[in-house]
Amino acid sequence: MCVAVPGKITEIIGSIANVDFHGNTVRVQLGLVQATVGDYVLVHAGCAIEVMKSGQAEELLTLFDELDAIMAPEKNDAN
Amino acid sequence: MQIDQVLHALKTYEGPEIRIMEVCGTHTVAIMQGGLRSLLSDRITLVSGPGCPVCVTACAYIDRCIALAMTPGVKLYSFGDMMKIKGSTKSLSEAKASGAQVSFVYSPFDVLTAAEKEPDTMHVFAAVGFETTVPIYALLLQQAAEKGLKNIQLLTAIKTILPALETILSGTENDGTEKPIHGFIAPGHVSAIIGKNAYLDLARRYHRPFTVAGFSPEHIVAAVYQLLQQINSGRADVTNLYTGVVAENGNAKAQKAMSEVFEPGDALWRGIGTITNSSLYLNRTYAAYDAGSQNLGDEPSESALCRCRDVILGNIHPIDCPLFGTACTPAHAQGACMVSGEGACGIWYRFSPKKPGKDR
Repeated sequence: MCVAVPGKITEIIGSIANVDFHGNTVRVQLGLVQATVGDYVLVHAGCAIEVMKSGQAEELLTLFDELDAIMAPEKNDAN
Repeated sequence: MQIDQVLHALKTYEGPEIRIMEVCGTHTVAIMQGGLRSLLSDRITLVSGPGCPVCVTACAYIDRCIALAMTPGVKLYSFGDMMKIKGSTKSLSEAKASGAQVSFVYSPFDVLTAAEKEPDTMHVFAAVGFETTVPIYALLLQQAAEKGLKNIQLLTAIKTILPALETILSGTENDGTEKPIHGFIAPGHVSAIIGKNAYLDLARRYHRPFTVAGFSPEHIVAAVYQLLQQINSGRADVTNLYTGVVAENGNAKAQKAMSEVFEPGDALWRGIGTITNSSLYLNRTYAAYDAGSQNLGDEPSESALCRCRDVILGNIHPIDCPLFGTACTPAHAQGACMVSGEGACGIWYRFSPKKPGKDR
């Protein structure tokens, strides 16, 4: 039930944003985040619950780099 | 580190047997869809956790929803996945067929629009969910208050995840047969609200690692690998792989909205019982918006053979229940875990209802 989908804000009108999901535009409540046009937001049940730091694709590219970084302290411990 | 190195390490792992819980139902779906169990050594077991809010919604709550929906002058609204869950006698879908005023909506904000259009009707939203959804209810009521709308109410059955995890970790509900959970894949979107650091206290007190992960197969594989490394080196850190979404301390604006509208209280979890301070109820300021959410009483029991409780607590896999796939199927569910699209039993049935084996 906690499914949430990332989309890009194309327009903001008051506390409502138009958010683009792969070509579909949906009206989304913005009251829980500080966001501007062009931001990617994570949308759950018609409401943006967080501003994403970057597009999801970019994040996946860096995932295994982050794994290295997280594992680094363990290597240090072992030494 | 490359993904092929990670996959090789997971498949050839020969250390002590470990059990990792994916708390969130959406993670369970991703694990089944991706066939991720087949990538793991037999010594690594993934077990589903309590993170489907529909599955842990008490029968008495559904009964209360139906009673409201049958009341003249009241319309009840719900998320779609709540419609098929049975109360003590019927589900919201069945009640609707009997004339109850029930609609399912995509967003709670649809109720705001309805309340403005129909001022003489009381519009009640069946407000279930974890921390991901709660700030949305808070925002809804703040907007209703600003607009001066008095014909919106919530019937709440909100659950908070940390007390449930503590119940699993502390074993206070144990019947002596369950096996320990060694590490947790923390729910990605609950964590977007409460933050990575919310798990630090549990990690420290119970010495268990937590990894916040997104929902792609890569995220889950990386999370399992990282937990495995931590468990075998005796560490119990909280780490975050979902950094594009989950901040150290979560979404402060959402937390503020929650704290302005809600206060903690005890909750009745279907299949588990009452867990202290595991719910949020409307506070005194917003009490007029409550449709009567307190005191759900004692849970009517499920079928005597139904093992939803053990499934929710991670003691058994769905296939270990004697009813799974025989007396209990999505069309004729005995327990709530089979009804919900994100319940562990429903997910397991959908992806492989009959074939025996590890990766089901």
